[in-house]
Amino acid sequence: MDKSVLRTAKGDGRIAFAYLAPALLVLVGLMGYPIYQLVLISLFDYGQEQVSGGAPLTFLGAGNYATLLSDARFWSVLGQTVGFAAVCVAGTLLVGAALAVLATRVRTWARMVLFLAALGAWATPAVAGSTIWLFLFDANLGFVNEVLGTTGLSWTYDKWMAFGLVAAQVIWCSFPFVLVTLYAGIKAIPGEVLEAAELDGAGAVGTATKVILPLLRPLLVVVTIQSIIWDFKVFTQIYVMTSGGGIAGRNLVLNVYAYQQAFAASEYGLGASIGVVMTALLLLVTLGYLRALRRSGEAL
Amino acid sequence: MRFAAAVVVSAVVLAGCAPVQSGSAPSGGDERSGQLRVWLFDEVNRGPKEAVVKEAVTAFEQAHQGVTVDVQYIQVQTRAERFKAAFSDPRSAPDVAEFGNTDLAGYVAGGGFAELDLGGWGEAEDLLPAVLDTGKVDGKVYGVPWYVGVRALYYRTDVFQELNLRPPATLDEIAPLARRIRAAKPDLLGISAGGKYTYGAMPFVWANGGDIAREEGGKYVSAIDSAESKAGLRQYTELIADDICPPAQCAGNGGDASVEAFRAGKAAMVVGGDFNRKSVDASAAAGKYAVVPLPGKEAGEIAPAFAGGNLLGVMRGSERKTLANEFLRLLGGKEYQRRMFDAMGNLPTFGDVQAEVARANPVLEPFIATLEAGTRFVPVTPNWAKIDAQAVLPTLLQQVAAGGEDLDKAAAAAADQMNAAFAS
Repeated sequence: MDKSVLRTAKGDGRIAFAYLAPALLVLVGLMGYPIYQLVLISLFDYGQEQVSGGAPLTFLGAGNYATLLSDARFWSVLGQTVGFAAVCVAGTLLVGAALAVLATRVRTWARMVLFLAALGAWATPAVAGSTIWLFLFDANLGFVNEVLGTTGLSWTYDKWMAFGLVAAQVIWCSFPFVLVTLYAGIKAIPGEVLEAAELDGAGAVGTATKVILPLLRPLLVVVTIQSIIWDFKVFTQIYVMTSGGGIAGRNLVLNVYAYQQAFAASEYGLGASIGVVMTALLLLVTLGYLRALRRSGEAL
Repeated sequence: MRFAAAVVVSAVVLAGCAPVQSGSAPSGGDERSGQLRVWLFDEVNRGPKEAVVKEAVTAFEQAHQGVTVDVQYIQVQTRAERFKAAFSDPRSAPDVAEFGNTDLAGYVAGGGFAELDLGGWGEAEDLLPAVLDTGKVDGKVYGVPWYVGVRALYYRTDVFQELNLRPPATLDEIAPLARRIRAAKPDLLGISAGGKYTYGAMPFVWANGGDIAREEGGKYVSAIDSAESKAGLRQYTELIADDICPPAQCAGNGGDASVEAFRAGKAAMVVGGDFNRKSVDASAAAGKYAVVPLPGKEAGEIAPAFAGGNLLGVMRGSERKTLANEFLRLLGGKEYQRRMFDAMGNLPTFGDVQAEVARANPVLEPFIATLEAGTRFVPVTPNWAKIDAQAVLPTLLQQVAAGGEDLDKAAAAAADQMNAAFAS
């Protein structure tokens, strides 16, 4: 990049900023203010008595964070959340990508069926979806146990089985986003590019890894980050399917833990500090991921 | 100009530098007309309750010109959110509300309910003192007990007869008895015991001389890790085992799910409430069961039951204080308690009304005996709501019954968590 380009970029930047200002204003109002409140609340002893004015506010500073970080349970739940989210993200991407490729290869009617099924899963509200899955996997009356001949088997009792079932549900309702996005991405690759690759002697594997994947990179980044954020924040599925975090709380993830320990118990200050920690972690993950991508390839 | 802007900006920032508080709840008003708002709990089978409440509303509206009563039925599961929202925004709050007695201390501390003056209400003298205590915080009455609920031991008479068994005479006998039944009839749970069934487990703790917490110098200190409490916890968690009530089936159950197994005809025994009687009568176990008080540590004793039940209270921010109090006295009074008993089976809280319905309904005998033997209650502190929300006791039961954790360790951890909540 030479200097003249940089200078133009700077001038453009100012104009771009002016154009972006309205959007920025909306973002500050809708995102900035809540985050500001969240951080603020996390610094106080803020319970129901304080909210309704029955007790004075006490400034704790980092007190809520100290309580949180010294809680062994928080760390084990955090670890569980990271592992659970990782499995869900990997599963979602694999299933979504595989079906996207499949969708480009099959006849129109098959693709239509695939998309309708995927959109159905996507459109199902999380609470309804979780409940339906629970019906399907019910120990005594469930369809799955009937088919497998395992009547009486409880799918939500064992820790790993319960996590597995919930992960499957999460993947089921989030893969359609990946499928649709990647399908559109693959379809948008110009035919000439693929033709050129073929003329240059690239095989199917070579075309996939050296041509299609690099072209899909920006899309993959978006769907991966989206999935990480979604799956890290899973609440409904765990809350509904393991009735609030499983036996003795062994299926807790961070969001449900925050709800149970802080919000349901009216400890809003502590709950807000969990929220801040989660936001910070997600920002770190996202930034780290973007950096790693930039280092390994071209700028996005 | 720039200075002025800076002042404005910093003033705004400073003013915003504390989380919002809704300010002390207004003490309300005393209007004598308009709409009186009432919140009652929704029930699985709400029809009969709604019919009785409608009669009370009609009677009240006829007696008060220009007054209408709007009754809303709220879900028990989401009550915490509803009440919190009502406390934070008095304008969306009801005037009269039904609420669970274990929630009382938290609601009062949250500034939600007004102190009630029962003077001049003749009927109030007949309220059972032990039951009225569940409506008090620091000696002041905030709620009139609308009905009381106690639990006793339901058992299947057909199964006991077939196996030639007698109901247990002590708590110690329950486990061997249940094991024998399940061995003879593998389809049945010996006793349906739930890992989340706090109020089914606590009588075991109380009967052994333990307690959830004890008061020390005006503060509560957890007693769940005392030797006596642990003896009771051991006795209860022993029931959640493959040869009585398999953890995979039972560890996740609360009270309702535990009773549901009995209703479905899949359990030989269960700790159930007087409020479960009607639903059991409409189930697979109908006509094949009997109820005895849950036995205590020694033969002839009755394990202290948890004095559950719901209260009626007047919200502190109510704009219609007098009307609200009058409606409360009508709905919570003797006549409508009697009608609620007929409709829902709710046990009345007036001594004379209770005795009267007990005479007419011998099936209530084990529950009345349990009540008379003395009941216990959860710690009366706003922090109890926190301990409840954090599921401290269910987690303790589940850790021991299903998680394979050591009872001493789990009880110590639960005690620590409770003490942290009591201290906050």
